[in-house]
Amino acid sequence: MKCDLCNKPAVVHEVSINNGKKKEVHLCLEHAQAAGVAIPGQQPINKLLTKFVIGQSPKSTGKECPDCGITFAQIKRSNLIGCPGCYNAFRDSLGSLIEQAQYGASSHIGRVPNRKHTPSQFELRAKKLMNELDAAVTAEQYERAAILRDRLNKLSTEVQADEDEVQGGDGGS
Amino acid sequence: MNIDGDNGIPDNDVVLTTRSRLARNLADHPFLNRASDMQSALVMQTAQRVLLDAPLSEKTLWMDLDELTPLDRSLLVERHLISRHHSESSLHRGVAISSDEHMSIMVNEEDHLRIQVIQRGSRLDETFEQLMRIDALLEQQLDYAFHDQWGYLSVCPTNVGTGIRFSVMVHLPALRITNELAKVQRAAKELHLVVRGYYGEGSESTGQIYQVSNQVTLGRTEEEIQEEFSKSIIPALIDYERSARNVLMKKNSMLLDDRIQRAYSVLCSARLLKVDEAMKLLSRVRLGASLGHVDCSIQTIDELLVQVQPAHLNQQAQSTLSDNDELEYRALIVRNTLSQQ
Ligand SMILES: [Zn+2]
Ligand SMILES: [Zn+2]
Repeated sequence: MKCDLCNKPAVVHEVSINNGKKKEVHLCLEHAQAAGVAIPGQQPINKLLTKFVIGQSPKSTGKECPDCGITFAQIKRSNLIGCPGCYNAFRDSLGSLIEQAQYGASSHIGRVPNRKHTPSQFELRAKKLMNELDAAVTAEQYERAAILRDRLNKLSTEVQADEDEVQGGDGGS
Repeated sequence: MNIDGDNGIPDNDVVLTTRSRLARNLADHPFLNRASDMQSALVMQTAQRVLLDAPLSEKTLWMDLDELTPLDRSLLVERHLISRHHSESSLHRGVAISSDEHMSIMVNEEDHLRIQVIQRGSRLDETFEQLMRIDALLEQQLDYAFHDQWGYLSVCPTNVGTGIRFSVMVHLPALRITNELAKVQRAAKELHLVVRGYYGEGSESTGQIYQVSNQVTLGRTEEEIQEEFSKSIIPALIDYERSARNVLMKKNSMLLDDRIQRAYSVLCSARLLKVDEAMKLLSRVRLGASLGHVDCSIQTIDELLVQVQPAHLNQQAQSTLSDNDELEYRALIVRNTLSQQ
């Protein structure tokens, strides 16, 4: 078996099934290392594959932010960053963009958040609904998506009503 | 030197307003340029609940911009409570405003939150203190996007770190007459300051009114940036303009007085006024008021600068004015106000 990327013999092989599609990866030693993969025997093979896929698929060449999907080229063009995760995904390239915008400054020395906030019931429920909605849209379950969307819209008034009730139960203040 | 201007507003012969603002974003939410409809709606809902619950001001009003008429949105822009960008954006967006209009928090402008405190005259320290108090309250309820190296994260690299921007709105008519504005602009550039017009980003300067803000938000503490602004930048701007006024008074006092009195007469008698013309003339009368050449308070002029704007005229007339009616109504408002002085 030859390497997927050149004619040398492949030393790393892995097959994975993702969304019902079978994917095979075969790499020579050089390309395995270039993809950030150590030689077999040093690490479990599953880890190798993950690393390879992270290294090669468009989502993970480091060219797209894993959280929001934006590319650094897009950021550079618009001078707008996609999400908080971009700051780690493009750490080096963003660093120079920031230094340029900030006249050479590169580190924050001002205030820091004084406590990690615990998410409210509203946020937890909203987040859960958002995830379900995402899944429904991906699976093309549009009726379900519409229901979830309505629920999400109603959520804020519901939670508000719950809280009012609780406060009313306390006898007011 | 801190001169109490008219009505006890500090340094308002030169300074119209001072403002402090913060850019803040919620952790685990995409920034607005990458947010779906639902995601921006979720930011709105989260922010709205917190903004109305937290004791930010004695009375806080929440407005859903999608539900406001274009006229109402323009009113908010003319009062500097929201930006033009915020007013025209197609995202789900809203604003929380204190009933005294000193605080406004734009939700889903460029960042998830833009928190600002604005005061008349030179009162940067006061606005900064209020802003920090509001931010501390919000931080108890919201999980802000924060990074060990880059501090508070923003959609734009120009806002990372402290996310703080100080602005002073200054009236510089004498520097304009003595042709020294270019010098001020150059000095501002060297100090990494940005100079904009009356309505901020992208707006023209009307009536020699300029907005000066810091550009650097990273690598210095909030207090360092604020101190430089309060203790050197604002006083320097005030000094430059006052010296230019003194020079004009000494060398060309008749010419100066002629310009002021002509402007005042036109405003007192014109039957039709365009908005740019009104602003230009009001600017001269404002200079006259601060030199004591006309019998009119600076505050009256500053209020007129807002009242002559199109949305304010339409609202006061309580009808949609045609272009010609608007010119007539503007002239009427100005005449009436000045004759009451
Ligand atoms: Zn190879
Ligand atoms: Zn991202």
